[in-house]
Amino acid sequence: MSINILVCIKQVPDPKQFDRITLDPATGSINRTGIPPVTNPVDRHAVEEALRIREAHGGTVTVLTMGPPQARKCLEDALAMGADRGVLLCDMAFAGADTLATAAVLAVGIRTAGDFELVLCGNESVDGATGQVPSQLAEMLGWPRVTHARKIEIKENGSGALVEREIEGGFLRVEVMLPSVIAVVKRINRYRLPTIFGIMEAGRKEIVEVGCAACERCGLAAEAMGLGGSPTRVAGVFQSHRKRHVEMIGGEPKEAARRLIQKLREMDAL
Amino acid sequence: MTGILVWAELRDGRPTGVTLELLNKATDLASMQDGAVSAVVIGQEGCRGCAAELIAHGAGRVFVVEDPRLGLYQADVFTTILCRVIAEARPGVVLLGATAIGADLAPSVAARLGTGLTAHCTDLHLEDIDGRRQLVMVVPGWRGSMMVKIVCPERRPVMATVRPGVLEKGTPDPARNGAVVIVPADIREADFRARTLEMVREAEEGGLEQAAVIVSGGFGFYEAGGISLLERLARAVGGVTAGSRPACDAGWIPESRMIGQSGKTVSPKLFISIGASGAPHYTTGFTSASLIVAIDKNPKAPIFDIADFGIVGDLRDIIPALAEVLEAERQSAFSRQRNE
Ligand SMILES: Cc1cc2nc3c(=O)[nH]c(=O)nc-3n(C[C@H](O)[C@H](O)[C@H](O)COP(=O)(O)OP(=O)(O)OC[C@H]3O[C@@H](n4cnc5c(N)ncnc54)[C@H](O)[C@@H]3O)c2cc1C
Ligand SMILES: Cc1cc2nc3c(=O)[nH]c(=O)nc-3n(C[C@H](O)[C@H](O)[C@H](O)COP(=O)(O)OP(=O)(O)OC[C@H]3O[C@@H](n4cnc5c(N)ncnc54)[C@H](O)[C@@H]3O)c2cc1C
Repeated sequence: MSINILVCIKQVPDPKQFDRITLDPATGSINRTGIPPVTNPVDRHAVEEALRIREAHGGTVTVLTMGPPQARKCLEDALAMGADRGVLLCDMAFAGADTLATAAVLAVGIRTAGDFELVLCGNESVDGATGQVPSQLAEMLGWPRVTHARKIEIKENGSGALVEREIEGGFLRVEVMLPSVIAVVKRINRYRLPTIFGIMEAGRKEIVEVGCAACERCGLAAEAMGLGGSPTRVAGVFQSHRKRHVEMIGGEPKEAARRLIQKLREMDAL
Repeated sequence: MTGILVWAELRDGRPTGVTLELLNKATDLASMQDGAVSAVVIGQEGCRGCAAELIAHGAGRVFVVEDPRLGLYQADVFTTILCRVIAEARPGVVLLGATAIGADLAPSVAARLGTGLTAHCTDLHLEDIDGRRQLVMVVPGWRGSMMVKIVCPERRPVMATVRPGVLEKGTPDPARNGAVVIVPADIREADFRARTLEMVREAEEGGLEQAAVIVSGGFGFYEAGGISLLERLARAVGGVTAGSRPACDAGWIPESRMIGQSGKTVSPKLFISIGASGAPHYTTGFTSASLIVAIDKNPKAPIFDIADFGIVGDLRDIIPALAEVLEAERQSAFSRQRNE
């Protein structure tokens, strides 16, 4: 039985350049000017998992993102990996969303994009890193979910999946009905890189754009989107106070090493 | 709506550490406003047995939901039950531990209630904002030592998950009084759209949580070439290795040993951080260590702001020096023993 899969992917600032991100202390908004955007790393594993399931069971892979116009790039990357088509949820009305307002728009976007048996997500982004969107998305779709998935086996008849989900010190074996939302961790697979052929093909694939008006037509009130639909607010930023007073140990490496070890012994830490 | 509700996560029938940490914080917060602390336990038959411990740690009321099918975490069903208990208890605040399970449960409950949820908080406090007393949820921001305050002004309950190990446990008081409220589970087979079949334990390599000494490496090892130096030092001090996120992303340290906001929170006797600049996402994972040593070649690295001892230098010089001093000490202790 073939499975139609939708994969949620997010564009994030390149984690290697996070030290260039600043927060405006007055508004709490993020300034990421000049930092190249990339696809959230674990989301590539979600795309890979979708492609593998398609290869084993048949079906289609649609990739979807909510973001500014340049987020189209991460859809193109996924199309070059082998996804069939893309959906870009893009509107000023979506800006400033917290996880609840993000999940609300993603859910409507998914419903307008077609009928899917499975929605895959990364388990968490590297920027917001809340890990809240997959559970909330499932709730809004009215579907069950499994987060922290490191292994997914689709049942032969396509009615459900067996999933291993990580917890502290081990894992849970979970049987879930389809349709459902599953959020994956990196160790689930090694993802493929786009080939030249894939990149050429990607140019011919469709990317649908969905804005606020289309979401409203599907029953999501404009008040539920973006900043206005977000129950949480940034109330301010502050410098974390320095809790400790550091004693610097100077001198040649050998000498510094000797003095450090002596101090640690005096304090009974070694 | 007042009061604070803590979801008590169970492991082997006992409340987890973070549950007790949350109860302590909740008791603190509740004493500053008019409100009470309650806890909710969802588990198999007999799980009400842990109520006494929750009461001793500050819960005035314990809601207990027991059913033989609830021994393992059941995502759908736990969401439904927790929402029902919230509707009955009508708390102003709901707190959960940011464990793998808490981080799955909290967002679905928040979504069903249409309320706000703040992830991985490192602190909670009350503050007057916009002329109102509000719960401020603190999360580490982007860089340097910046922290972000998040509030949920309009909707109730306010919800937050808190990382295990960052708050303190209180001293239990067995004389404390509390009520146990049994809530019927009221679930049908059809409610289990996702069903946990079993829990499988995997041995944790090297037990980070129990280690007295942790030697943690950062991205500096990339430039210095090779992580074997870190292992040598860990052997010399009798500790275990861990790493910052870039060190784990690079594959030098397994992801299960990542320190910080998205990794583990630890509180060893001694934490030695080498070649890591000291972003709050990382340092939040070990600020409660008794003693922190920082080694980095950049004298301005923020890691030195939170350390007790610091050495500025190249790790390629400092680590071998430390290892040699320790190895020489051991050698002489060994020969002394043989001579005695
Ligand atoms: C420092 C910081 C702290 C924050 N803290 C909070 C908080 O505590 N509570 C809160 O409600 N909001 C918070 N936010 C806002 C939140 O990050 C945004 O709402 C964000 O758009 C979605 O959350 P996330 O990145 O945490 O997603 P996660 O839940 O971590 O993402 C998991 C997966 O969901 C999918 N996904 C997420 N976003 C998108 C998207 N736009 N398009 C397609 N797929 C997507 C991806 O598959 C992703 O891998 C915070 C933001 C920052 C910068
Ligand atoms: C939402 C979110 C969550 C995050 N969660 C985590 C987390 O849980 N854990 C985590 O660690 N990070 C986390 N991060 C990333 C974090 O912000 C930092 O990027 C990261 O901690 C930096 O790691 P680092 O200090 O090892 O690397 P860098 O910042 O690159 O520091 C490397 C250091 O090595 C020093 N160095 C280089 N060569 C040498 C040498 N030869 N000898 C001595 N010193 C040398 C440099 O001076 C520098 O100080 C998170 C980020 C975000 C946005």
